[in-house]
Amino acid sequence: MPVIKTESLSHVYGAGGPFESVALDNVNIEIPQGAFVGIIGHTGSGKSTFVQHLNGLLAPTSGRVLLDGEDINADKKRRHDTRFKVGLVFQYPEYQLFEETVARDIAFGPRNMKLSKDEVSARVREAAFFCGVSEDLFERSPLELSGGQKRRVAIAGVIAMRPDILVLDEPTAGLDPAGCAGILKNISDYRAATGATVVLVSHSMEDVARIAERLIVFDEGRVVMDGSPAEVFSHTAQLRAIGLDIPAAADVAEKLRALGVPVPDGCYTVEQLRDAVLALRKEGGTC
Amino acid sequence: MEPIIQVKDVSFRYEGEDESAAPVLDHVSLEIEAGSFVVILGHNGSGKSTLAKHLNGILVPDEGEVLVDGMDTKDDDKLLDIRRTVGMVFQNPDNQMVASVVEDDVAFAPENLGVPPDEIRARVDEALKLVGMYEFRDRAPHLLSGGQKQRVAIAGVIAMQPRCIVLDEPTAMLDPGGRREVIETVTRLCRENGITVVLITHHMSEAVGADKVFVMSAGHVISEGTPEAVFSKVEALRKEGLTVPDTVALSWELRGAGLDVPLAALTPADCAAGIAKALQK
Repeated sequence: MPVIKTESLSHVYGAGGPFESVALDNVNIEIPQGAFVGIIGHTGSGKSTFVQHLNGLLAPTSGRVLLDGEDINADKKRRHDTRFKVGLVFQYPEYQLFEETVARDIAFGPRNMKLSKDEVSARVREAAFFCGVSEDLFERSPLELSGGQKRRVAIAGVIAMRPDILVLDEPTAGLDPAGCAGILKNISDYRAATGATVVLVSHSMEDVARIAERLIVFDEGRVVMDGSPAEVFSHTAQLRAIGLDIPAAADVAEKLRALGVPVPDGCYTVEQLRDAVLALRKEGGTC
Repeated sequence: MEPIIQVKDVSFRYEGEDESAAPVLDHVSLEIEAGSFVVILGHNGSGKSTLAKHLNGILVPDEGEVLVDGMDTKDDDKLLDIRRTVGMVFQNPDNQMVASVVEDDVAFAPENLGVPPDEIRARVDEALKLVGMYEFRDRAPHLLSGGQKQRVAIAGVIAMQPRCIVLDEPTAMLDPGGRREVIETVTRLCRENGITVVLITHHMSEAVGADKVFVMSAGHVISEGTPEAVFSKVEALRKEGLTVPDTVALSWELRGAGLDVPLAALTPADCAAGIAKALQK
């Protein structure tokens, strides 16, 4: 049974009003336990609206969202429980830091779960560790930290609830390359240690190409592609037509094919393309 | 070509910072030629935004001097002229909008400079056309996309008719489409209108079309030159926590394996052409 399933999920903002707009249109997706799914699409494609349905923050206009086979919007208790099982990290989560100290901010979620004091502090230390937040920062004000550190603290606040499903909306937006790589590694570490399901929304094709096992592409509120990164990135023309970039390596691979170099399909990272090119050299017998 | 901005041996630390720690800017010197497209690269905390704020006198150096068209930014009497010469665009477009209608927002600076109404009208229309936002002149800014808002912010600076625009990570909060819009707009302003563009960024791909790239780290300029020359120093950049564009990374890896491809091929087309040629040898 998939851990998350959406059935004919549609969402209309301002239904019946003058600014009515259909954000999601009949979305049917199944995500198995432990999957690492990347969600891509240009601004306004519906990807953020979609992930906000996964923990019941938005309710469907029509259709259902199932968690472990049960409708998350069935009743109040289920909606409440869903919030702890599905951890949602918003865009620019550092704007939501509000507590006096870093430790208290990370503890906010577990405290609301009514855990014991010892359990809360254990969770805070664990989440800080996963997110690379040094314990030296625990008593500092979150407002004194750098942008990258704030982002880590905000993500730790969600991880401290030990969600079975971690949903992140553009967690690397605005960070420098080292900051991006660090956050992506933290997410991978959390998944490796806990077996959690991860759903990652990103504009960065290089990021999702590097870490996701499956990609779902949104355009105008619909799912237009769903497959492995190799499958999705082989549809370069279609991706460009809906306003998406493709990873530089996939772009180079496509141009090599146009020049008559028989690079195999499914090269979308630098390492894959390097190996493919070196294999061609050996076949060519020039070396 | 003569420099429009000269940064001479500038050091700076923020007030209240530990005097024993290294300053945010540590003896930085550089020159920006009039009419050129310059990119300043660096990771977070490298001092690049602090440097940007020195370029039109928002911050003034503790040591050394910054000259804008020959005017010292420490000279209060020259400050208005300096700000008219060098306009700034910041990271978050939402923090730069002051009016509830696009064209009013663009008119804000020339109004404050005391430009006559007829000329304001002409300047606003021209600026909006230059950034491709003329059709949106009577819209509300909050209903625009991030890339559109940032282009309106650029129009607001253009309406002052500056000779130079400094953009501090103008694309950090935008999606790939918005990023392309902004980069194409500033490239056009430089190439067709002769406006000097100084772009501060950590997106390597945005530096590809620049005339000159400066790389900052820990308050120093650690590398400068053409994009090709700077990016070919792959090891040095990686040591500073910066990545190189994937095209360069690929060429670097292939060269490491003994394939004779040019390292300075920045665009996917050049990179592919170099690999195809090397394979034929």
